[in-house]
Amino acid sequence: MGKKVEILDVDSKQIMDDIKKAASPPEEVEHWVTIYVMGKPYQVPAGLTIMKALEYAGYRFIRGSGCRAGFCGACATVYRKKGEYRFRTALACQTTVEDGMYLAQIPFVPANKAKYDLDKIEPGPTTLLEYYPEIARCVSCNTCTKACPQELDVMYYIQYAIRGDIKKVAELSFDCIQCGLCTLRCPAEIQHYHMAQLARRLYGKYYLPKSPWLERRLKEIDSGMYEKAFENIKKLREDPEAIKNLYYKILHEGLEKEEKHIEDPLEFIKGED
Amino acid sequence: MTLKLIGGYPEYMRESIEMVEKTREQRIKEKEKEKELALSDEERQEVLNKFHPDYAPGGKRELKVGVNKGEIVPNEVADILEAWPALDPNEVDLNDIDYDVDILIIGGGGAGTVAALWANYEGIPAENILIATKLRHGDANSMMAQGGIQAADRPWDSPIIHYLDVLGGGHFANKHELVKALTTDAPKIIKWHEDLGVMYDKDEKGNFIERWGGGTSRKRLHSAKDYTGMEIMRVIRDEARNRDIPVLEFSPAVELITTEDGEIGGAILWNMETKEYYVVRAKATVLATGGWGRLHIRGFPTTNHYGATADGLVMAYRAGARLRDLESVQYHPTGAAYPEQIVGLLITEKVRAMGATPVNKYGERFVFPLEPRDVEAAMFIRECFGKGNCVKTPTGMRGVWLDSPMIEEMHGEGAIRKNLDAMYRMYKRFGIDMTKDPILVFPTLHYQNGGVEINADAQVLKGDGSPYPRFFAGGEVEGGVHGKNRLMGNSLLDYNVFGRRAGISAAKVARNSGKPGKLTLKHVKLFTEEVKKINVPLSRRSPILLPDYRGKRVLARKIDLPVLQ
Repeated sequence: MGKKVEILDVDSKQIMDDIKKAASPPEEVEHWVTIYVMGKPYQVPAGLTIMKALEYAGYRFIRGSGCRAGFCGACATVYRKKGEYRFRTALACQTTVEDGMYLAQIPFVPANKAKYDLDKIEPGPTTLLEYYPEIARCVSCNTCTKACPQELDVMYYIQYAIRGDIKKVAELSFDCIQCGLCTLRCPAEIQHYHMAQLARRLYGKYYLPKSPWLERRLKEIDSGMYEKAFENIKKLREDPEAIKNLYYKILHEGLEKEEKHIEDPLEFIKGED
Repeated sequence: MTLKLIGGYPEYMRESIEMVEKTREQRIKEKEKEKELALSDEERQEVLNKFHPDYAPGGKRELKVGVNKGEIVPNEVADILEAWPALDPNEVDLNDIDYDVDILIIGGGGAGTVAALWANYEGIPAENILIATKLRHGDANSMMAQGGIQAADRPWDSPIIHYLDVLGGGHFANKHELVKALTTDAPKIIKWHEDLGVMYDKDEKGNFIERWGGGTSRKRLHSAKDYTGMEIMRVIRDEARNRDIPVLEFSPAVELITTEDGEIGGAILWNMETKEYYVVRAKATVLATGGWGRLHIRGFPTTNHYGATADGLVMAYRAGARLRDLESVQYHPTGAAYPEQIVGLLITEKVRAMGATPVNKYGERFVFPLEPRDVEAAMFIRECFGKGNCVKTPTGMRGVWLDSPMIEEMHGEGAIRKNLDAMYRMYKRFGIDMTKDPILVFPTLHYQNGGVEINADAQVLKGDGSPYPRFFAGGEVEGGVHGKNRLMGNSLLDYNVFGRRAGISAAKVARNSGKPGKLTLKHVKLFTEEVKKINVPLSRRSPILLPDYRGKRVLARKIDLPVLQ
């Protein structure tokens, strides 16, 4: 045995059972809150997300639950708190329930996406307006920004879009999860998240410079220069010890030598021929 | 009153955080020395054997039915493979075909969407393609991958070196032709993404900003902040929409249809909202149903999306496809262990790749931060349950610290917002500022390493090892690419490479073949006969389609009234 890990005498199965228990919901609930699901009151444990609270209350999602981690926008939720005039928005999977929440989930957002052939667009200051002319109707009310559960500056990027600044739209909208809450709330009927998708693709394709290294590698692969090495490796795999040694050698040398230019990328494997 | 929190953490956890802060400066100074903690092969084995859920006894059993009878798989997987069909084949009229298409793609995540696009590029008209998916188009683990995608495109890297990393990470069990395809197609995939307008992080010359991944010998991880999966998925989905590729949402496949001549001829879909079924006949069928995280193997929390219930494995297995490497489950070392609301959610490996070190309760280093995932996860479990050097949360979870503020110290203020905004945002929502405080992590169920065995053309293999001419698979549902453990950044790559190959292969079949033979569900009946022999409770049916998280009390009082079914 090596020097870095001492040998421990443990009951592995017991450890796994302990983990299972630790990860299960606690048997006893200490604190409760009351939420109103589309108007109906339910008592649920404090500290759950809205999504888990709805499930605790007996709802089984078909719509309204996707990644459950804040990336997909499936669980857009609108709510008010008792006695408050403010209309609030949230992702059900990323928001903790509070006592007195009046909740409704948005199952679907009707919105039209423009169709385009990205290869045929020559991006210019008016491109976004051509495909999504309704952005010109923005009244700068900032409702979209207030509705955004990602806290993006949605109104700002709409203003940049009107001015034709594709880069700014792409950057400011980058973290958009396309839940559609901005579009639902907009009095000017703008379809923000579809417009921003076009902007980002234009930026990625036409404004970001192409990678020269990538081009070089593609030429190498097309020329077939790696075929021989792959054959060698396939053969080497017949000897389990030899392939294992090569793997660890490359792993450790790589950790040492990374970024020191190795002229011939096949250097390693040639040595083993 | 609920527990008093300071910056999102209870007071007693603060004491441990102070210890982490005390050792931080020294640890940053000695960052280079972490390499010395990297384990040898023998040490890796010792740790895996005792502390990895796959190796610990009690979690698996032998399959009693089907092609892989006698092989060992996790209990939860055996449960759904050895189950009664959810659908009664006698209730279906196969003569009444609802969709008669060239290519049926089952699954609207990454692999399915890529397959559809490449089939379309190959000349199959959009209207002759059908994507059927359980949730919405794009609701998939593909959307959630944060860290990045591997491709060997830098001068001092190569597809060969990438191959070796994949092989070693996979415990040398990977299938040669698949790893070769994965690593040689990788640069082509990145090029395709560039052309589609994916906004990868680049330097001013246009070269990608690339980072380490666990178990890789080179920096080759391409990312788009920590929304890499989302960025790729939303771009390819946008492209599929531009091309009018039809998508049936909330209509999962519940059984494959076979043909009298032993082929796959389409699938039965089930509309989850109207509860009606659809018969789809297809010249070629692509399976792209993703993985199994929502089976909660060994009771672990998961990073996976709501629909990750291994439906594809179940359907393909009944139809006679061969499965492989299913005994190996990937647990991601860094799932959130606190706060309770986000337990199990993914903390991207990029946090470690950017320099954050895992430390124990006392602020001590105990592991090389970038071991392959299984080794890293086992080391975390060892520190928590073997040595007890962990922090316990108020709900009983245990975890070690991931010292995220190191990233700000090493790369300058703002580095986390710039590169890890999704992570920052998630913690901020629960009152924790990861630029100032470390975050608590514990392994979480992440990936299905194995799956339906395919060849380099993405054809699914039968029990006897010969390929189905009309049946293909891509993405997490297929196996053989990653052997027994997948490396970071190879899942996004996998679904692109094999989704593309599946799409191209399916297009070839659609162009060159006529309609499939006479449709049948005989295979389901035959499989049912096998299930009958092994004493399976009648309530155990599959595919399960969705997990059930309803409260115990509700379920205990739940009744179905026959008037409103």
